[in-house]
Amino acid sequence: MRAYLPAYQMKALPSLSETLEVMAHEPGVWQPFAGGTDLMVLLEAGKLTHKNYLCLWHLPELRNIEETPEYIRLGALTTYSQILRNPTLQRAFPLLCKAASETGGVATQNRGTLGGNIANASPAADSPPALLVYDAEIELISAAGSRQVPYHRFHSGYKQMDLRPEELIRAIRISRKMKHWKQYYRKVGTRKAQAISKVCLACAANVDGGLIRDIRLAVGSVAPTVVRCFQTEDLLRNNRLSPDSIRAARETLAREIAPIDDMRSTARYRLRVAQNLLAEFLGTLHSQ
Amino acid sequence: MPEGTQKVCISFRVNGRDVTCDTWPMARLLDVLREELRLTGTKEGCGEGECGACSVLLDGELVNSCLIPVLQAAGTDITTIEGLASGDQLHAVQEAFLACGGAQCGICTPGMVLAAANLLSRTPNPTEAEIRAGLAGNLCRCTGYMRIFEAVVQACQRTGIRS
Repeated sequence: MRAYLPAYQMKALPSLSETLEVMAHEPGVWQPFAGGTDLMVLLEAGKLTHKNYLCLWHLPELRNIEETPEYIRLGALTTYSQILRNPTLQRAFPLLCKAASETGGVATQNRGTLGGNIANASPAADSPPALLVYDAEIELISAAGSRQVPYHRFHSGYKQMDLRPEELIRAIRISRKMKHWKQYYRKVGTRKAQAISKVCLACAANVDGGLIRDIRLAVGSVAPTVVRCFQTEDLLRNNRLSPDSIRAARETLAREIAPIDDMRSTARYRLRVAQNLLAEFLGTLHSQ
Repeated sequence: MPEGTQKVCISFRVNGRDVTCDTWPMARLLDVLREELRLTGTKEGCGEGECGACSVLLDGELVNSCLIPVLQAAGTDITTIEGLASGDQLHAVQEAFLACGGAQCGICTPGMVLAAANLLSRTPNPTEAEIRAGLAGNLCRCTGYMRIFEAVVQACQRTGIRS
C-alpha cells in the first residue's frame, strides 16, 4: 500500500549547524535524508516507518572530497558518480570505484551517497567491503562536537550501528596505505547491472616474493553486517602461498562468515562462492 | 515535536518553463510531473528505482523521478521527454530511435531516450561497453536492446561525431 503523504514531514534547513541543532534539540524525532535511493523505495511500498526527515542533499559541508598524503576524506554526500569521476580515486582506490560502478545504474549512482549507503546498513551494500579494506574511519558530527570511529567497529549487528540519534555521518576517511598493494573486488549477483549482490569480496594484499606481508579481506551479503575477516587475514599474514595455506584460508573464512538462505541466494551457494572468490584472489598473488 | 505537515510551495524549472506547485514535501517528483503538471511522458514502471522508466534530467543529471522527493527538486532545472526536442526538431536520439525501431510498447522509451541523450552529452562517441553501462539502469522487456544500442550508435552518426 502506498504511503499516506500528509503523515510525512521533510525540511531542508539552511545550514549544517541548524540541522544539527534541531537533531540535538529533538533527538530521535528527525532522521537525516540524503539521496533517497533507499528511503523512497520504502515510502512507495508503505514501509517507511519513520515520519520526520531533515534533508541533507543541499548541504555543501557534507559534499567535498579532500586529499592529504595519508588519506582521502569523502564527504558523506559523495555520490557514486562523483567517486567514478575523481581521478585520485580512480588511480589509488580501484575497489571503491569498482563498487561504485556496480551500484545500480547511472541514475542511482547520481543520487546514492556513500554516507547513505553506510547509514542504511544493508549487509548487501556494495561500497562497505571496499571501505573495510581501505581501513575507513567514519567521522561523526553532532551539535556537541565530532568523533571518529573505525569503520570495522561501526556496524554492531543487523541495521545496528554506533550512531547516536543526534549524530550525522559527516565524512569517511580512507587510507592510501594500500595504493601499491594487489587489489581485488568481485560482486556476484543475478545480473551484472542493477542486481543486489549474493556475495561480494574485496581484498588487498602486500606481497613480496611470494610472502604475504599484509592483507585485508572483507565480504558482503554473508552475515548480518559486512564482515572484515581478521582471522583469515591473520592466518595469511607473513605466510607463503601454497595449496595448504589456501585450503586453510578457505576453512578459516567459512568460520568467520554466517551466510543465510534468502530470496537472493542460499547459505551453501554463498559460502562456496565466498571461498572460491578468496581462492581466485590468492591465485592472482602467485604472479606477484 | 514537529507540527502537522503542511503542503509546501515548491518552484522549479521544467523544460524551460518556471513552475510552482503546492504539494506534500515527500511527494515523488514523478507524481508531481505527471499529475500536477500533466507531463505524462514520464512513465512509472517499477516505482523502486530499478527500471528507469521514470528517468528525467535534473540539473543535467539522469535521475529516477520515483526516488526524488519533490522538496529536493526545489530550485532545480528539469528536462523531461517533452522538453528534449527543439520545437518540431526531434533530438538526434529520438530520430535514431524512430529510424532503428528502438521502441515497441513505449513504456521504457522516454527514460531510455533521456538516458541515451545524457550518455552522449557526456561521452559523445561511446564504445559499445559504454553504451551498455550508460543504459544499464533502463530496462526494456520488448526490444531485446539490440535496436536500442543501434539507435545510440546511429545518433552519434547523426550528430556527425562518429563516422
